[in-house]
Amino acid sequence: MTPELAIILTACLTATACAIVGTFLVLRKMALIGDAISHAVLPGIVIAFFFTHSLNSLPMLIGASLFGLVTVALIEALSRTRRVAEDSAIGVVFPALFALGVLLISQRAGQIHLDTDCVLYGDIAWVPFNTIVVGGVNLGPRSVWVLGAVTLANLLFVLVFWKELKISTFDPELAAALGLAPVLIQYLLMGAVSVTTVAAFESVGAILVVAMLIVPAATAYLFTDRLWLMLTLAIVFGVLAAVSGYFFARAFDFSIAGAMALAVGVWFTLAWLFAPRHGVVAQLVWRARLSVRFAGELLVAHMADRNEPSLPVRALAGHFRWREWFGRLVVRDLLRRQLVRLDKAEVLLLTETGRQLAREFGREASAANSHDR
Amino acid sequence: MWSFLTDNPNLWYVMGGCAILGVASGALGCFAVLRRQSLLGDALAHAALPGICLAFLLTGSKSPGVMLVGALASSLLGALFILGIVRGTRLKEDSAIGIVLSVFFGGGIVLLTAIQHRPTAAQAGLDKFLFGYAASLVPRDLEVLGMLTLAVLAVLALFYKEFKLLAFDREFGAAMGFPMRTLEVLLTALVVVAVVIGLQTVGVVLMAAMLITPAVAARQWTHSLGLMVTLAALIGAGCGVTGAVLSGAGRNIPTGPVIVLAVTLVMLFSIAMAPRRGLVWSWVRLWRHRKKVRLENLLADFYRLGEPQQDWKRARTLPALAIVRGQPPARVARTVAQLERSGLLASENGQWRLTDTGLEQARRILRNHRLWEMFLSRRLELAADHIHRDAEEMEHALSPAIVAELERLLGQPAMDPHHKPIPVVNPKSEASNPQSS
Repeated sequence: MTPELAIILTACLTATACAIVGTFLVLRKMALIGDAISHAVLPGIVIAFFFTHSLNSLPMLIGASLFGLVTVALIEALSRTRRVAEDSAIGVVFPALFALGVLLISQRAGQIHLDTDCVLYGDIAWVPFNTIVVGGVNLGPRSVWVLGAVTLANLLFVLVFWKELKISTFDPELAAALGLAPVLIQYLLMGAVSVTTVAAFESVGAILVVAMLIVPAATAYLFTDRLWLMLTLAIVFGVLAAVSGYFFARAFDFSIAGAMALAVGVWFTLAWLFAPRHGVVAQLVWRARLSVRFAGELLVAHMADRNEPSLPVRALAGHFRWREWFGRLVVRDLLRRQLVRLDKAEVLLLTETGRQLAREFGREASAANSHDR
Repeated sequence: MWSFLTDNPNLWYVMGGCAILGVASGALGCFAVLRRQSLLGDALAHAALPGICLAFLLTGSKSPGVMLVGALASSLLGALFILGIVRGTRLKEDSAIGIVLSVFFGGGIVLLTAIQHRPTAAQAGLDKFLFGYAASLVPRDLEVLGMLTLAVLAVLALFYKEFKLLAFDREFGAAMGFPMRTLEVLLTALVVVAVVIGLQTVGVVLMAAMLITPAVAARQWTHSLGLMVTLAALIGAGCGVTGAVLSGAGRNIPTGPVIVLAVTLVMLFSIAMAPRRGLVWSWVRLWRHRKKVRLENLLADFYRLGEPQQDWKRARTLPALAIVRGQPPARVARTVAQLERSGLLASENGQWRLTDTGLEQARRILRNHRLWEMFLSRRLELAADHIHRDAEEMEHALSPAIVAELERLLGQPAMDPHHKPIPVVNPKSEASNPQSS
């Protein structure tokens, strides 16, 4: 396996594992809990590192992940006292745990290979050189195996508890009523987030994990209302960002993790602008269409009301104080919908469909009026 | 042991810088916490990083003024993005904050590596913004930080009334004709200034704690905004100095994390011990109430046991009481001992009977219970089998004034809905209470 392939594979697996759990974080409005967990596992990672001297062994993964669950429990305990609002509770707990982690690192500085830079951006460039060798056979980079296992575990978790996750995400009361144990599911999900964060720590660092957790899922949410499609799209966007970020970083010799976080941001912005239905452009087009349509229907009602005054197309814009181009758009829309036709002198006339539409307006208006009284 | 304070003049600058940060972020954090925007400050701190790097890339200068402009620009851009995402998409605020926080921070890290690849030596130490570099503050920095803080506090004092309105009743302010949107932007800008001050001392990542934690701690002690802001500023400053001293005293202890941990400890202490709001006090109140209920219930049992024979003062054995109460005899023995110490029970060769005061108390409790049952069944017209449990709780809570009012309302009833007599209480003992003894 070439070093480049190893790095890309690690990055893609990180993106996939994060996107799977991140989808549920975004849907459950718990994005900031994810943020908090990713910061707060730091002391767990450091403590586990003291004991195992490795960043990627299974016991360390589990041990460090416990801190994620501790974080969630602390936040809940603090907001349950009703002395602290939930957002403040999040903001109070994770910096304290993160500070503890930094303090622990600084106390053992020099003794361990784990510095604050690694905490922030990870060491993905060194991933290819930390390999697993079993019986003299080189099995490839350790991180690929670990992240592959975590991805698989996340996938299994989501598939096995698909129904439970879905119902408890969209309707926790129903989930509780059906006996689907939403609290247990919640903690399992938080456990999965913790494990993922710890596993992704080496490649993207404690903070940029948040980008991988939240942004691809948020991007996917702009495209679809279907959970499975959102999950798939989140994985696609995560992988896309990982690969594009890697090549961007390679081209300019930037931090790979930083570039990947930037790349998910770029993909999100593109989606925000151009997504069908929810994108900015789509919304603008939809609004413009609607205003043309409204204007046209207003014109039809007006013509029926005045018993078809002859309206030359040229006079239209002036009459309604429309801009020239807007008037043309309105007429074209009306012609397309066959509500009006043009005679030889370019004068607008209502068609039968147009009259019918106007009669419907009249009925609705009188119905509304009588309803008011 | 305090010689390190005099040996190291630099430490005084560090203490000064940390105190200044504590004042600025503590005071401003109160508004963020009250407006439920605690994590906005975190996002703004992260979003400042690319601006700082860009400012350095463009000017090559590391002066706080230049940093401030860069940080202000990119933090405000980040705030704008959050607003845009919340308004313009179906995503909620938490996702918007997470997106801006992580992507801007990623951009900042990319720029940071870009700076590190430049040949000039001036770039050294820019990455110190991540965790702060309180230990290397110089007098010149201190002057700038102090001036910034004074400016922040001046604006805060000038617009205090408006910000108060913004924190508690934004709609009312808008209806009064105040430009709430402008005030919001101004407050956000002030937070950014505090963040820039904080970047030098605790760094991007821990800045959230400096804003939120002192405010949460101060909130526990007071209901007045002015006091809360002052207290938060004092807590922030005190912890800043503590952190600076501790990290100066030890070897290899980073200042920022120590400050954050100190603030967290103060907050935990406040939540536990603050008068009235403190958790410990509410546990104490709960424990006292439970004790009162336990004592009063046993007194009432004595009265009920005596009711069939009209012999209220007959002595009872421990097992008999335990059966009536449905509790293990050991527990009943403890309650009995407490009642005896209060002079409400007297022991008589291994058995217990009510004293005069005890009987008076027992009557009072039973009267409360039965009056309340009357009230529920006659006035609120609840079914007779639904009222006992509620009366069982209310009998311990009714004050003499309410009891008098109930009697007047019900016309001095003699019987309760279950046709049991409502005891008459000697008016002289009306004010006393078993717990006051």
